[in-house]
Amino acid sequence: MNNIKNAILGLLCSVLMLPAAYAGTLDTVKEQGFFNCGVSQGVPGFSNPDENGNWSGIDVDVCRAVSAAIFGDADKVKYVPLTAKERFTALQAGEIDVLSRNTTWTLSRDAQIGLEFAGVNFYDGQGFMVRKDSGITSAMELDSASVCTNLGTTTELNMADFFRANSMAYEPVVFEKADEVVNAYDEGRCDTYTTDKSGLAAQRTKLADPDAHVVLPETISKEPLGPVVREGDGDWADVVRWSLNAMIEAEEFGLTNSNVKTTCAITSNPVVARLCGKEGGTGAGLNLGDSWSYDIVSLVGNYGDVYEKHVGENTPVGLARAGSPNASYKNGGVLYAPPAR
Amino acid sequence: MSDTSKNITPPVIEIGIVGWMRKNLFSTWYNTILTLIGLYFIYLIIPPLFSWIFFDATFSGTTRDDCTSSGACWVFIKQNMKLIIYGLYPSDELWRVNIAYFLLTVSIIYLLIPNLKYKGFVGVFLLLIFPIICIFLFSGGLGLENVETRLWGGLFLTLVIAGVGIVLSLPIGIMLALGRRSKLPVVSLLSTIFIEIWRGVPLITVLFMASNMFPLFMPEGVNFDKLIRALIGVMFFSAAYLAEVVRGGLQAMPKGQYEASQAAGLTYWKMMVLIILPQSLKIVIPAIIGSFIALFKDTTLVLIIGLFDFLGIIQFVGTNPDWLGFSHEGYVFAAAIFWVFCFGMSRYSQRLEKKLDTGN
Repeated sequence: MNNIKNAILGLLCSVLMLPAAYAGTLDTVKEQGFFNCGVSQGVPGFSNPDENGNWSGIDVDVCRAVSAAIFGDADKVKYVPLTAKERFTALQAGEIDVLSRNTTWTLSRDAQIGLEFAGVNFYDGQGFMVRKDSGITSAMELDSASVCTNLGTTTELNMADFFRANSMAYEPVVFEKADEVVNAYDEGRCDTYTTDKSGLAAQRTKLADPDAHVVLPETISKEPLGPVVREGDGDWADVVRWSLNAMIEAEEFGLTNSNVKTTCAITSNPVVARLCGKEGGTGAGLNLGDSWSYDIVSLVGNYGDVYEKHVGENTPVGLARAGSPNASYKNGGVLYAPPAR
Repeated sequence: MSDTSKNITPPVIEIGIVGWMRKNLFSTWYNTILTLIGLYFIYLIIPPLFSWIFFDATFSGTTRDDCTSSGACWVFIKQNMKLIIYGLYPSDELWRVNIAYFLLTVSIIYLLIPNLKYKGFVGVFLLLIFPIICIFLFSGGLGLENVETRLWGGLFLTLVIAGVGIVLSLPIGIMLALGRRSKLPVVSLLSTIFIEIWRGVPLITVLFMASNMFPLFMPEGVNFDKLIRALIGVMFFSAAYLAEVVRGGLQAMPKGQYEASQAAGLTYWKMMVLIILPQSLKIVIPAIIGSFIALFKDTTLVLIIGLFDFLGIIQFVGTNPDWLGFSHEGYVFAAAIFWVFCFGMSRYSQRLEKKLDTGN
């Protein structure tokens, strides 16, 4: 029965998507002078409005980086706010060219519905929040804690797995709605509150005294979030993938938004010189100008710049980068870009 | 003797505030208990609410740091007012929306002042010419820069959706009602099918289909504007409900009205336009306005297809990291504005009923 359903769905999808899988998004985009980027309807730090109505956030900056790489101008992007349900349809139907909307990269999405993930710009995952005055600095110290969380979600299962795997005791305190969980935690009914880290950070601001709470560095489940493009257009996927990679590699080699001009003028490091567009050749393979990666860093920033600006410790979202998977591989994280050469 | 008895005033406990309270609030022992319980609840709810909204609230300032009091932080609304009213509409083009707001307000005020001349012309302007002006003002053309509908939002978008829905759904609804009562089987059947299908599905489903399924059936590159898709959905949905309201009015007409018009030699359309519809629409004014109020509130559902209406944009600006955690203020403000609009429509409906009342 399930097979028949899948077969029909697959057939339906392939028929519906035939016209969608056309080649040459990059050429079309260059010709029309902009591209459409699907974003969320407001996720703090990822894609949200500022007071002037401009989009900002780390998901938005992926699109700005792509725009900088293609046009040498980070603002040739039209943002299309999408709900979680309509995001894939919008991409397949060609309403958007890049989907950068805190979307988890999973096998089923990558394989089934004609989507191609272009990388990971944020390693989200389930985390824990505790009161600062509890003195807890690591999730491994949570033995026999009472834990507030949502009822019947994967969050609950991940939590059970984590405590069992580390042979720690815990007492679950579950609620139906996110707001109830936050209230219960705020009133002191439990020692810690667990959900996805980006969610924890956003919920933290709703507490009576947000500064009295801290998100622990451990991440106990995998939710890699990244930009998505239509399957079957490799050139376009490459542009998006390498725009993201350039941001990560620029950070690995110390090229930041603020020092990129001076560093590029004096550098003798061949890798940095390539990122600065001085060696030539990297842009040709992507059908871009040679200054594409320089433009990304100078107009948008490297990965660290973007992270600290939107979700870092000094922002209201306040997600510490050190000790999390989002740190560069040089600092013990998993952020690692293939070389841009 | 009769003189003195005339001048004796009634006892003080029978008149004035005391008398009214005795009569209405404390007439029996159980009414007294109910009154006291009611007063206790008012005491529990109103003072904290008022101090949160007004007395302890922060009105001045520019950032969240200015909100140090225990009350509401209206600075959040104030700082984001531009977004809440215009959505993401480009700052340089806001005058275009302002002109429309101005024309709309002036026309409505003109229509509300009693005994002014040329009200008919103003009404026709508002229903026929104003929408056309708005199309050019809002989306561009005739030398104005094109502003895509994805940038429309806030109160502006809510009024556009509600306005289009109200102005277009009433004529369509009337036609459907007449069609359903028609003696021509094809017309009657088609109208009935149309009405029952649109009434049978929830508005969310209609919007969801319009936004998610529709693009998949279109050839690549043909992107029908998302707002137009939503508008058409809202319009037909509302029209189907109005059709049934109007049909109720048509059925309430005594058979004698139909027979008398036919005896006078009127054609079908003359009979309907001159005799039947004016009377039957008058009967169903409360129900029609009720539908309009429901439609106005239903516009908030466009949030699920990624359009930022008034309520949606308030939730949206609340995700700005600088303004996290002010959802209470946002929802209270949204509720207040929605109430003002809906209450206004409701009062207007009552005025219209009184004005058109001919006593039969």
